[in-house]
Amino acid sequence: MEQIICKDAALGYEDGIVTEELNFTVSSGDYLCILGENGSGKSTLIKALLGLKPQVRGEITWANGFTAKEIGYLPQQTPVQKDFPASVREIVQSGCLSKTGFRPFYNAKEKALAHKNMHRLGICELEKRCYRDLSGGQQQRVLLARALCATEKMLLLDEPVTGLDPHAQNDLYELIASLNKSGITIIMVSHDISSALKYASHILHIGKKQLFFGKKEDYIKSRIGRSFIETEAQTNG
Amino acid sequence: MAEIIEKLQNAFSFSFVWYALIVGLLIALCSSLLGVTLVLKRFSFIGDGLSHVAFGAMAVAAVVGLTNNMLIVLPVTVLAAVLLLRTGQNTKIKGDAAIAMISVGTLAVGYMLMNLFPSSSNISADVCGTLFGSTLILTLTPFDVWLSIGMSAIVLTMFVLFYNKIFSVTFDETFSKATGINSDGYNLLIAVITAFIIVLAMNLVGSLLISALIIFPALSAMRLFRSFRGVIICSAVISVICAGSGMIISIVASTPVGATIVCADIAVFLAFWIISAFTGRSKA
Repeated sequence: MEQIICKDAALGYEDGIVTEELNFTVSSGDYLCILGENGSGKSTLIKALLGLKPQVRGEITWANGFTAKEIGYLPQQTPVQKDFPASVREIVQSGCLSKTGFRPFYNAKEKALAHKNMHRLGICELEKRCYRDLSGGQQQRVLLARALCATEKMLLLDEPVTGLDPHAQNDLYELIASLNKSGITIIMVSHDISSALKYASHILHIGKKQLFFGKKEDYIKSRIGRSFIETEAQTNG
Repeated sequence: MAEIIEKLQNAFSFSFVWYALIVGLLIALCSSLLGVTLVLKRFSFIGDGLSHVAFGAMAVAAVVGLTNNMLIVLPVTVLAAVLLLRTGQNTKIKGDAAIAMISVGTLAVGYMLMNLFPSSSNISADVCGTLFGSTLILTLTPFDVWLSIGMSAIVLTMFVLFYNKIFSVTFDETFSKATGINSDGYNLLIAVITAFIIVLAMNLVGSLLISALIIFPALSAMRLFRSFRGVIICSAVISVICAGSGMIISIVASTPVGATIVCADIAVFLAFWIISAFTGRSKA
């Protein structure tokens, strides 16, 4: 079942197109990895998928009753957050905010949802801890729990492992994979090609225009895929 | 000791001292609540900028000869607040530069106007009063008191009703936007409330010291508390206690009200800082 359909979309700002000829679909249960050089429009694409920035041309459709508001978003951390005095529970609960409407406080159902998601991500014992005292990996789990409070359908992750040590990176990738297995669609922006190839089901590679979209297996065989894997292997290795 | 009590009894037999106390405590409460958000959003300096705008507007009101200068000061300050918070996003002049520019610009224009069109014979006392709030607080009329109570009630109600939204927008604007929260709307709300508080607080501590009233309680609370709610409540308590004791000390010791309150705030900040350094409860 398709959730997002992107047809001939061009993205950018008033004074210039960043990336164009985007044609891809995201279906429920997919694990899509978006690859691209810096400045290739990955963050612009994120904003478009979230419905925060309309495309310049073409069409982006959220299909089958799925809406942009149902995407659980895991943004990159801002400096403001790194020393923010807030307890884990306060942050996770804030994911339920879109469900409250004009009601000023959280009801029992929303509190239970927050608790369930903390349990799911194994951060229950951190509930009362302060966000700024947590490790990078724990902080990402908190933000993931918050995103899960906002959605049960799709997570959009923006470079989630940046700044984590290899062990924590691995834990987070495994966690995301297990969420995907439980039926949540994953869209991840990444430049970590090896993990992308390990976990993703689909790859979208963008540059000035769309360079590749399809199954991971086809990407590995494709010319663009082979050359990208090779350069990344050289720079990392 | 008896002398001090007598002095206080004497002072509190005047209704204007009670007015000052009521208004002062309300202002301290409101400003500390908002201060937490402003500090966390890296907008600490906005209080300073806006208060100078209010100073300029007050000078204009004096020149025009309005008896109730709130009519000019409030709308102008609200407008400036909206413009300043807007600049946060994408403009040619960056946020901090815009604030600095507006801040000193209006200060200069205001002082200039006060000199060109003096409304009383003692300009420097006027200017000093507006900047440091030394005399204004004792000249409040019952109308001013009710106005302050009304505005504080609005600010407090807004804050309680939108507490969770304000938290979310402060912590992570992009996420809030993505889940369909109207972050721009809440930023606007924060800007408008800030302007209200600044205009109110000018009476108490004067325009130069308002920033202190906004940021010190919040910074002190952040030394020791580690949940958003804890910080907010602690900040409010600190602010009210400091404002109250500051005003009483200023009566007893005949010191300027605004400066005394700010000194009390500084003392609490230092105390909290030392406690947090010893207990290691907070990373800087």
